[in-house]
Amino acid sequence: MNSLADYVFVSAVLFGIGVYGLVVKRSALRLLFSVEIMINAANLNFVAFSQYLWKDAVGQTIVLFSIALAAAEAAVILAIVVVAYRLHKDVDVSKLKDLEG
Amino acid sequence: MVDVFFIAMMVVVVGGAIVALEADEIVYGAIALAGSLFGVAALFFLLNAPYVAVFQITVYVGAVAVLILFTVMLVRQEKWANEVSSRSVTRLAGVLTGVAVAGSLAAAVIGSSVTSTTSLQSTSFLQIGQLISTGYAPILEALALVLAASVVGAITLSRVDREESGK
Repeated sequence: MNSLADYVFVSAVLFGIGVYGLVVKRSALRLLFSVEIMINAANLNFVAFSQYLWKDAVGQTIVLFSIALAAAEAAVILAIVVVAYRLHKDVDVSKLKDLEG
Repeated sequence: MVDVFFIAMMVVVVGGAIVALEADEIVYGAIALAGSLFGVAALFFLLNAPYVAVFQITVYVGAVAVLILFTVMLVRQEKWANEVSSRSVTRLAGVLTGVAVAGSLAAAVIGSSVTSTTSLQSTSFLQIGQLISTGYAPILEALALVLAASVVGAITLSRVDREESGK
């Protein structure tokens, strides 16, 4: 049997990869990938702790809500990416400076 | 003891995440991200949470991954390679930050005694249904509004005006 520590380990590694992507990448799509990876790491942690320690369904329920929220967020981000590409022919976030004061 | 399937899925999840961020062609990155999310769904199955696993597959692998693929193809550039900004200093800082975050997270929890439990809760569709339809019902309603608002917002954002496109 797997123990809780195994899942927490996978989740921590996933979250670390997400942080790395947020720091290094400049393409808006890669940043979206990073955020999705980090959300998945958090969801995995949620379900793992709920199933091993609390042994009720609250963790699973909240992860369902979290997945739905992540889908909504992805839709909005992708729309913004499409608009930015139409205006600038580029999705490099370091070149999108229209909102800079 | 860790079983073989778990190790395989761990490799799929972590490897998929790395390929998603590092692949030169971003289309392959999107596909690798879908594979990674699928691996997370498999881990949910291993955790005796099949409802969450199937929800993850339908929403992430079914909807979000396809949405990402479409966007990637809409905004395709000749050279995605030059998005790899990174001077080696940035890259090194990124690796260090990632390793530090992952290491501190893992060390904080794995060192404690609670994480050695191996008894897993069995499947509970009934409990999920009861929670969603009673205590968490307001959140479900709010979430429906949020989803509707986000879809309307996405459509409004990406709509092309007729006058603008006509010229």
